[in-house]
Amino acid sequence: MEERRSSWRRVAALAGAAALVFAACSGSSSNAGKSVTVIGTWGGDEQKAFLAMVKPWEDSTGNKVKYTGTRDINTVLTTGVASGVLPDLAGLPGPGQMAEFSKSGALKPLDGVLDVATYTAETAPALVALGKVDGKLAGVFIKAAVKGLIWYNPKVHDYSSAPPKTWDDLKSQATANKDGAAAIWCLRLGSGAASGWPGTDWIEDLVLRQAGPDVYNSWWSGKTKWSDPAIKTAFQTYLTDVVANIKDTTEAVDPTKDFSGGGDPLFTSPPGCELFHQASFITGLGGFKGKAAGTDYNFFPFPDVNTQFSGAVEGAGDLFGMFHDTDEAKSLMKYLVTAPAQDIWVKAGGALSANKNAKDYPDDISKRSADLLANAKSFVFDASDLMPKAMNDVFWTAMLKVTKDPSTLDSVLADLDKTQATAYAP
Amino acid sequence: MDPRLGTALAVVIGVPGVLVGYIYLTEVVLRFVAEKNRARIRPWLWLLPALLFLGLFLVIPTILTILRSFQGAVEGVWSGLDNYAWFFGTPDALTALRNNLLWVVFLTLFAVGGGLIIAVLVDRVRYESVAKSVIFVPLAISTTAAAVIWRFMFDYQSKGTAQTGTLNGILGAFGLGPISFLQVDTLALNTIFLIIVTAWMWTGFAMVILSAALKGISAELLEAARVDGATEWRVFRFIVFPLLLPTVAVVSTTIVITALKTFDVVLVMTNGNFGTDVIALRMIKESFINGNVGHGSALAVILLLAIIPVMALNISRFRAQEAIR
Repeated sequence: MEERRSSWRRVAALAGAAALVFAACSGSSSNAGKSVTVIGTWGGDEQKAFLAMVKPWEDSTGNKVKYTGTRDINTVLTTGVASGVLPDLAGLPGPGQMAEFSKSGALKPLDGVLDVATYTAETAPALVALGKVDGKLAGVFIKAAVKGLIWYNPKVHDYSSAPPKTWDDLKSQATANKDGAAAIWCLRLGSGAASGWPGTDWIEDLVLRQAGPDVYNSWWSGKTKWSDPAIKTAFQTYLTDVVANIKDTTEAVDPTKDFSGGGDPLFTSPPGCELFHQASFITGLGGFKGKAAGTDYNFFPFPDVNTQFSGAVEGAGDLFGMFHDTDEAKSLMKYLVTAPAQDIWVKAGGALSANKNAKDYPDDISKRSADLLANAKSFVFDASDLMPKAMNDVFWTAMLKVTKDPSTLDSVLADLDKTQATAYAP
Repeated sequence: MDPRLGTALAVVIGVPGVLVGYIYLTEVVLRFVAEKNRARIRPWLWLLPALLFLGLFLVIPTILTILRSFQGAVEGVWSGLDNYAWFFGTPDALTALRNNLLWVVFLTLFAVGGGLIIAVLVDRVRYESVAKSVIFVPLAISTTAAAVIWRFMFDYQSKGTAQTGTLNGILGAFGLGPISFLQVDTLALNTIFLIIVTAWMWTGFAMVILSAALKGISAELLEAARVDGATEWRVFRFIVFPLLLPTVAVVSTTIVITALKTFDVVLVMTNGNFGTDVIALRMIKESFINGNVGHGSALAVILLLAIIPVMALNISRFRAQEAIR
């Protein structure tokens, strides 16, 4: 008994000592340069562009950016705010969530971090306003996009001499020039867990031009019902003018068929479609990426439906916020919104800058879309991104449902109304 | 040295060290206990860490989840049965419930039925181990990877273009299709297709366990039946199958729980669209995307309630078997 006990003791002591030694080893880490953790939605080329953008900052400060890309940023940040495990800087899913995070105190104010006067002077006023919560700057648009551009292949038919001015004009021109194309429109709603959003852009563009910015704003803020004639008309226009004129509905609503390849049929011979509705960032994705801007593809802005609301533009962007106000994080945040940093970003293609002084666009197409953003008579932000998460989620799936089977429109709108009644509660 | 290496070594050496240290500690404590009581107290001391962990990570969270399910989207605001009323008043949520029932019935049928048939058949061939390995391999794949693989199987391209999906490729060879399998919601067929993916993974598991039980049946018993003139079918029906029944029950329980918990296959392949939603996926979406933890907790409780009868059945079976022994 005695002997056994002593051997027990020896084993335990040895193991304990070993554990201590290794714990000490693992605790030590290098101190050369601090690091800033960043979570964003960018992967692939976008991620490369972002890393190229932060490179000069890393070189000049000696700090490191640790970037993680995820398409599921909503979940990551919502659980992060609840548990307290958050990156230093992060892309934010939308203004709604930004306000929530800011009010809960998780998101740090940027007023003392950025050079606010310069930022305000360089950025479109609408975007500055969208980054504010209770008058304080909570998020900045690190990247912007113009929604509702209509892309075509100028080699098939060049619309640049007489771009359609109205929706009816668009319909008649498109029908007249269809030629060998299999269908007028290309449409793809797939986007993983966010499948359906390209369809929400359609509805938003139509509501904005049919019913105007006031209805648009009252709609996303939950005051206009989905079954309201103004909104229902937009859905009906989408279903009769667009969905009825695509090649294959089954493919359009397939969640595994990514929207980024949606415009590829423009470039096939014979063309799979004539027109493709998508935001400015499509030029950095799918089949657009390898093609020459201007000669292989071009766009015209979404035409007016009701001329009373002429000149309204819908935009979107990637909001960026700060969760930990360390010196490194502040310094990086400050750098990211400056024109020299933004120039690196836009030069890579596919991105527009919210900063008017960023001029390094790679081609005329990007320059034209940047001008649209800067000179819009009235600018509205992507409605679905402004809605509460629960509303947005149902909007996405509703687009898949109604596109697959247009006869479900009334029941889908009733479902949306039902969600609207609860989703906006504080 | 890479700090992770240090951590790894600390875990590899430290964890057994702590375990040994704990057992040593219990002996030290027991020295203060009267000799005759030691045997009675020792097992409880050994169980203590496990019980603490279970309490901390299982029992307390379960109680908190149940309490949370009676609160609204905002924590601490009691809302009575609102979350449950929401569940039973929302068609999409009820679709998820229906789908879970389909999962329980058909996954069990496919996986256990298929596993049983394969186990009995491979028992009679020379290359048994090879055949069993091939069928068992899918279980080693992560569910997400399996879902991605099956996405290629079910892939759909517009009519007239080359079909990249295996099944549509086969249909095309006969001049049929293409069919977008995951969008066919008549008779909830798309849910059945998703179940097939999971069954593909779990059939191997059922087969291995049933096959082991089959080897345990004494050859004399079967020999005697055959000498008495029983056909192979009667041997299976009246001797083999009844003897396998306890194992079938255990395997079925595991599969039923897998079916109730199903989540990743649906997330990856359809994201719950086209009427394929299931409760676990709805739970994640409500809690983390829509930010309504009240709804999410109610869904978790409903899932828990659905699993309890299965567990109870399993435990009572287990007890009955112990009693026989």
